[in-house]
Amino acid sequence: MASPTVAFLKRLFRRKLVLAAACVLLVFVLAALFAPWVAPYDPGALRVIRRLKPPSELNWLGTDEFGRDVLSRIVYGARASLGIGAAVVAISIAAGSAIGLTAGYFRRLDPPIMRMVDAVMALPDILLAIFLVAILGSSIFNVVFALAIVYTPRVVRVVRASALVVREQQFVEAARAIGASTPRILFRHILMNVTSPVLVQATFIFAYAVLAEAGLSFLGAGVPPEVPTWGEMIASAQQYADQAFWVVLFPGLAIVLAALSLQVVGDGLRDQLDPKLRKAL
Amino acid sequence: MWFSLARRLGSLLVVMFLVATMVFFLTRLAPGDPAAIMLGDQATPADVERLRAVYGLDKPVLVQYVLWLKEVVQGNLGQSIFLQRPVTTALAERVEPTFFLTLFSIVIATLIGVPAGIASAVWRGRAVDQVVSALAMLAANIPSFWLGLIFIQFFAVRLGLFPVAGYGDPGASLAERLTHLVLPAAVLGIVNSALITRFTRASMLDVLGDDYVRTARSKGVPETGIVLRHAFRNALVPIVTVIGLTIALLVGGAIVTETVFGLPGIGNLVVSAVLRRDYPVIQGALIAVAALYVLINLAVDLIYTLVDPRVRT
Repeated sequence: MASPTVAFLKRLFRRKLVLAAACVLLVFVLAALFAPWVAPYDPGALRVIRRLKPPSELNWLGTDEFGRDVLSRIVYGARASLGIGAAVVAISIAAGSAIGLTAGYFRRLDPPIMRMVDAVMALPDILLAIFLVAILGSSIFNVVFALAIVYTPRVVRVVRASALVVREQQFVEAARAIGASTPRILFRHILMNVTSPVLVQATFIFAYAVLAEAGLSFLGAGVPPEVPTWGEMIASAQQYADQAFWVVLFPGLAIVLAALSLQVVGDGLRDQLDPKLRKAL
Repeated sequence: MWFSLARRLGSLLVVMFLVATMVFFLTRLAPGDPAAIMLGDQATPADVERLRAVYGLDKPVLVQYVLWLKEVVQGNLGQSIFLQRPVTTALAERVEPTFFLTLFSIVIATLIGVPAGIASAVWRGRAVDQVVSALAMLAANIPSFWLGLIFIQFFAVRLGLFPVAGYGDPGASLAERLTHLVLPAAVLGIVNSALITRFTRASMLDVLGDDYVRTARSKGVPETGIVLRHAFRNALVPIVTVIGLTIALLVGGAIVTETVFGLPGIGNLVVSAVLRRDYPVIQGALIAVAALYVLINLAVDLIYTLVDPRVRT
């Protein structure tokens, strides 16, 4: 008999679009992991005689204003963009779950925590992120930290909402009655029951983080310019867009494809994990 | 209703207080002495000391915080380091492009999102629905700065239909200034139409299955009448909510779009303030934007009660 995970994946990938999106993501992840082997050239190698060359057999996606290979930079850019996205997801899920559980389980702590969450969410994502990066200084770590602060409140809201419901269920009461400790109830009983919405939220935050990181890099408030990222590629090449459309087009397509695939997979997960929402959105 | 309104106003004030507090203390985490930054490289330590005293930076942080908060409550957001004028003045000078950009964008997003969502719901599962859903999904995942650059290339550089960037020469007429907003508003409108489309579709699907729709249909009301008069009116509450939410999102989206199109708006002001470390401007803009956000949310709640009498009780 197939394990529940296999059965679940089978149901998830029955929709061809979700399967296609997952394949695209897999390609991006593999490219990021094995960038030195996948990229045809060194992403930083300058060849000024070959600057702004259109896509050709030598450079599949053309070259940029310094003669660097666009494809190689996109491959290495996947490292930064997806790496930052993944780190943001990991931190905001961990922090958001802990804070959300606390708010949902301990009634007294709920109002102050939720007002703080409201306060953070009152600032637009990108504005709060550039503010934080400006204060902390531009580095990969600080961009991750800033975006994690931006997206943690979303996780807090989702976990808290679920925890409020789960807290009142009979099995939690039963656990309390047989003398289970509070941490055990929180992690064993409540956290286990809010994993589905958190998982769905994780894929969406991943997509938002990829888009936000690109925006930050584009504004010059992201990772240091020597790290190739998709947003930075577009920013540095934008003044050449009328001579060489490929320097702007392809990194942008990479962002759209990555974010879109994450959203599609997230939608697929939500449809499988939360049948109530299936009809609505 | 009055009680719940008062309660909402109360929590709104708490949120604003927290935003201000957060912004103040986070700014203090920034490396470097604000007075030294203000005076630049050539300042002597004595100059820096004098300026610290002028701005109260020599006092304990908590005292500074209380003094600062007192000013903020009175609407004084401090002096810009680089622009040589009060932050409120700097914000006021930049508000016009941002205001019109947001206004046009929400109109465009609504004009795309609501009809698309209705069509998607009415022809659920058909080709129209699939195309609309796919396009909405795509729109939600396009970085606005990238779409902006592509639009500039195509509509402004190649076709020459619209100005490439900027907000017209100083002294340009309002009409001329507004033509500079067509492309950026189209970009923001398209990118932000996705949420409105999805919510309109969901909300319409919800009511299209209701009894009164079936009754109307069995009475022989024409399909257009059913959709627009019976269903749409009842689907309106969530749609109004999501339009309000989108306005709040647009304020953030405007920051990036203004930079791409070189519009001298609030977003542009913030980005240059961040790059120049002009902290009073950053603080002021954050507080102003947060205030706008909570006020829009409050307005949405109020409209909610007006549109749907059931919420009032």
